[in-house]
Amino acid sequence: MDKENQTAEHKPTSSFVGVVGAIVWKDLAAELRSRELLSAMLVFALLVILIFNFALELDLSTRRVATSGILWATFTFAGTLGLNRSMAVEKDRGCLDGLLLAPVDRSAIYFGKMISNLAFMLMVEVIVLPIYSVLYNTNLFNPGLIIVILLGSIGYVAVGTLLSSMAVQTRTRDVLLPILLFPVVIPILIAAVKASSGFLQGLSLTDVMPYINLLIVYDVIFTAVAYMVFDYVVEE
Amino acid sequence: MKPQPLALKVLNIASGLLFLGALAMVFLYAPLEITMNYVQKIFYFHVANAWVGMLGFLAAAVAGVVYLIKHDQKWDIIELTAVEISLVFFLIAIAAGSIWARPTWGAYWTWEPRLTTAAILEMVYIAYILLRQGIDDPDRRARFSAVYTLVGAISVPITFMSIRLFRTIHPVVIGSNSSATMGSFDMTSKMLFTMFFTLFAFSVIFVDLFWHRIRLGLLAQQVEEYKLEEL
Repeated sequence: MDKENQTAEHKPTSSFVGVVGAIVWKDLAAELRSRELLSAMLVFALLVILIFNFALELDLSTRRVATSGILWATFTFAGTLGLNRSMAVEKDRGCLDGLLLAPVDRSAIYFGKMISNLAFMLMVEVIVLPIYSVLYNTNLFNPGLIIVILLGSIGYVAVGTLLSSMAVQTRTRDVLLPILLFPVVIPILIAAVKASSGFLQGLSLTDVMPYINLLIVYDVIFTAVAYMVFDYVVEE
Repeated sequence: MKPQPLALKVLNIASGLLFLGALAMVFLYAPLEITMNYVQKIFYFHVANAWVGMLGFLAAAVAGVVYLIKHDQKWDIIELTAVEISLVFFLIAIAAGSIWARPTWGAYWTWEPRLTTAAILEMVYIAYILLRQGIDDPDRRARFSAVYTLVGAISVPITFMSIRLFRTIHPVVIGSNSSATMGSFDMTSKMLFTMFFTLFAFSVIFVDLFWHRIRLGLLAQQVEEYKLEEL
């Protein structure tokens, strides 16, 4: 509360939501002009699916059990690519320093980056899902699956944004993010894969609900944790 | 370099004696288990190592939070100490568990909640050490590692719970036991006593190692300061 009051004294016009919105808008506008992040993520995601196709011999019976696993592995790998790039751009061009100099709450920067990362990830997922459906003749348009993907992506990006802002400030930054991120997002993967395949196989809601709850708990906890500790990650 | 304080010297000898005592208890005092025979003996060390690993895990989490509040380099050293000790002892616990599991479960490894969680925890620790190695500035290194410790300390228990949603075959020696577990056994009072003695011995060894590692950490910090002065 104190912090918000302080920033309000310096610059009365910038509300918390306004700052978050401005950062999201900046990222989306930059992406709209360059399209380098989305295109890289998308091509990468399609290549991962292609690799799985040959690695797993995706015939009809394998597909039934493997679809949710393949989807989540694809999202995870493509997501890392996007997170790395989105923070590296800030760091390389000195944008991060500029953002930190701005008299705004640091956590607003976190939420801004998180929401734009989430937007990129969802865009990739929105494109990958129909392509996967067509390629493998599987119906993926399931409202339950959409909710799982949304919840899973929120948790993934919540931790990912925090860790990628740490990783870009290290010497080994490009290789470090997946190493830092994967061990701590395993709960998301377990719950998301289980819940997705539950919905795809038409299990009843009571069987899937524990995993949905787990996703919600993870999202809430890690958004809160990242909100609290982001200050320490960007402090100079 | 300051000489070791008397308490530490006493602790060194005590942990050595307790370790020998634990060995003697396990091999001479504790009775043989009927179905598993000598294989069961490794159980005492497996539990003790896992226990020390857990102590280290908790200590690291606490030290991480305290560092973020106090910004004192001392807590960074404590956190690193706890992580390193926990890393090694969990590795021993996993190895001992695998040796036990081969004759009992018929495989060195199963993807069971505790085993998987222990493996993931090791991964978190290795990532932690890689993160530290990638940062030169001591202050930033301490901040980032404290944040990562915190993230790991919250995510690993959630991982455990999420895998636990499936059933488990790991025996729960103390407390209730579901029928799905394999290789569980009822402990006689002698076995129970041996187990608690081993746990105690390893706790003392943990404290001793902890102390030594903190001393080493403080020395390393001094060396770093001298190097900075040279520049």
